[in-house]
Amino acid sequence: MKKLAIAAATVVAGALAAGPALAGKDLDTIKKRGSLVCGVNTGLAGFSIADSQGRWTGIDVDVCRAVAAAIFGDANKVQFKPTSAQQRFTALQSGEIDVLSRNTTWTLTRDAAQGMVFTGVTFYDGQGFMVAKKLGVKSAKELDGAEICVQSGTTTELNLTDFLKANNLSKAKAIVFEKIEEAVSAFFAGRCQAYTTDASGLASTRSKDAKNPDDYVILPELISKEPLGPAIRRGDEELFAIVKWALYAMVEAEEYGVSRANVDQMKTSPNPGIKRLLGVDEKNDMGKLLGLKADWAYQIIKQVGNYGDVYERNVGPKTPLKLERGLNALWSKGGLQYAPPVR
Amino acid sequence: MAVSDTATESAAIGPPPATTGFLGWMRKNLFSNVWNTLLTIVCAYLIIRIVPPLVSWLFLDATWGEAAPQQCRAAEGACWAFVTEKHRVILFGRYPFLEHWRPLLGICVLLTVVLTSCFRRCWRPWIALVWIGGLGAFFVLMFGGDVPIGLRAAAAAAAGAFLIATLRSSGSTRSLLFGATALFALLALAAGPIFRVIDGVLNAAFGTGPLLAGATGIWFEIPTGLGFVSTSLWGGLPLTLLLSILGIVVAFPLAILLALGRRSKMPLIRMFCVGYIEVIRGVPLISLLFVGSFLLPLFLPRGVEISDLLRAQVAIIGFSAAYLAEVIRGGLQAIPRGQFEAADALGLSYWQKMAKIVLPQAITIVIPPIVNTFIGLFKDTSLVSIVSLTDLLLATKDIALADVDWRAFYAEGYAFIALIYFVFCFFMSKYSQYLERQFETGRQKRR
Repeated sequence: MKKLAIAAATVVAGALAAGPALAGKDLDTIKKRGSLVCGVNTGLAGFSIADSQGRWTGIDVDVCRAVAAAIFGDANKVQFKPTSAQQRFTALQSGEIDVLSRNTTWTLTRDAAQGMVFTGVTFYDGQGFMVAKKLGVKSAKELDGAEICVQSGTTTELNLTDFLKANNLSKAKAIVFEKIEEAVSAFFAGRCQAYTTDASGLASTRSKDAKNPDDYVILPELISKEPLGPAIRRGDEELFAIVKWALYAMVEAEEYGVSRANVDQMKTSPNPGIKRLLGVDEKNDMGKLLGLKADWAYQIIKQVGNYGDVYERNVGPKTPLKLERGLNALWSKGGLQYAPPVR
Repeated sequence: MAVSDTATESAAIGPPPATTGFLGWMRKNLFSNVWNTLLTIVCAYLIIRIVPPLVSWLFLDATWGEAAPQQCRAAEGACWAFVTEKHRVILFGRYPFLEHWRPLLGICVLLTVVLTSCFRRCWRPWIALVWIGGLGAFFVLMFGGDVPIGLRAAAAAAAGAFLIATLRSSGSTRSLLFGATALFALLALAAGPIFRVIDGVLNAAFGTGPLLAGATGIWFEIPTGLGFVSTSLWGGLPLTLLLSILGIVVAFPLAILLALGRRSKMPLIRMFCVGYIEVIRGVPLISLLFVGSFLLPLFLPRGVEISDLLRAQVAIIGFSAAYLAEVIRGGLQAIPRGQFEAADALGLSYWQKMAKIVLPQAITIVIPPIVNTFIGLFKDTSLVSIVSLTDLLLATKDIALADVDWRAFYAEGYAFIALIYFVFCFFMSKYSQYLERQFETGRQKRR
């Protein structure tokens, strides 16, 4: 049934993508409406989840808030629309949502053929391995002969097979489980020596489902690429630029050391880069070029935070998910987060 | 007197000890033959294995009241602290936290209306006004904001007037008046969405801009003083109740019309009804929800937005109407031909015949399957979680249990909503038994 629906949605989506696109109208609609409608996950810890009081938190949610702060100067002017995995693309194509920020992996098919464009990467995820510490395994390449618990019927399983073949680990064996919970409990019960899924999932499983999280280690190798980021409908270059640069401004701010806590002091900084970013320098009004107010980036940082703030608050080491920065560190610190200069 | 002697003697001795008292009862009911004995032993074993651990998990070792997740993890039993912590998001979903009194009051209003309608002495025309008022109050509470009351009040008043006229009229004018009642009631309840759709279609065709929706602005609006809450934030129990109650109440009259239409002598009407029922029954509810959620938005002109809730509600109504229609048709077929002929002989019109002679009998016969359909429908509303409507199930699964700190306690979460579902379904089942007693439908086969 699900497959049918997806197939139907894809066919319709394809037909729609081939049709004429409406140019520049989306931003006007958003401004007229007075709020941004953002498609998010119905509930995924660290990315988009409502807490005990129904307030939305998470990286994907903060991205929406940042875009709203840039457009309206008010991060609260967002309506969140929870969407299922099957619903998300239709919701974007039909105009029900303006921005899709729902842990969606950026792939060529989605970018080219589904009437949507990705604006950047907010979280670099990838498939990893977890093993018991007492095995003393330091690298995934040492897993020859191991039994590896994995959920069946997912790209995770295919990635694992590819990885084992590519690295000549012919003695390693995949133990497949229909449900992810079964795979997890089998791993913790000692049925397998290793467990594999997306790295963010591994970290949360270790911190929440293990009796003693310190008994397990996550191996450094990632065997697949899962860049997650927001997407918008094709055909509105203005909105595309705004969403893209809202993300870059957050990364740029972290690079300059401008955070939510110190953004007001930083306004007086003599650094021309910071001046440009925060819109203090009237001669270099970056906001105007995007059709925004001069303080667009200031509002993002003040109300939402820089990329580091958002990461630490939602998924970082101090949260229950306990994810290290890894690939998501700034390029200057060995990660992949890199912003073109705001100038 | 040998005979009387033996009698006295046996009376004095009494029956053999193994046939009286507790032992006798056990012997008769539990150990009467080999199979019974075997079954008894197996059951006793299962009870001993299952019940004590379950009781200690549920109650004795459970963590009650407020507690941190760590305390729960340390305890052996159930973590009811999870329910204490998350009950508000489970019951009300993402509805703004400080405004939770509104859905709570809304639920009370809905349940009051339903309970009132349960009493036989309330089955009078005025109950329709109670429903219009109750649903109106529910929507005002849930939406808040400025209520364009002028238009709705006018439509509701018109619906009421037509209803009274319908009840006083007879013959062919009656069906006309009934149609008008239904039309205005629909307008009173759903003027906003209806106008938006008409506007959108007109706008796409002729570029007219907002015509009707704009016109609603000239009707006077009552500011409720409550913040506006869009349907995308509705969730939990109010959503489940709204979907199922409206599903039942709106589908029931539709189902009667469909059932009558299927038995109609007019071929067009009959073909339409048969076609509708067979098509809708031929596909699962989930596919209707998918169509409403995925395909409909792609075909609507841009700018026309029908909320997810309305789309799901329409799908549920349409679906249950088809099922109910077949149940009611079963009742219609059980009515002897003589009843129809007698009504014809009295010179009653078609609608009089149906309303006064046939339907009251037909529907009483099929009360159990009707309630069966209702119970099924109530639980089927949980399918809307597939299209991301935050009903009880999705609120539990994706809000309460998505919290990493608490996600280990899914059994408690599901047990809690299972209890809620059970209470409502059990009530419906008991009410159907009460109705059967009221109508004595069991009179042919009294046990």
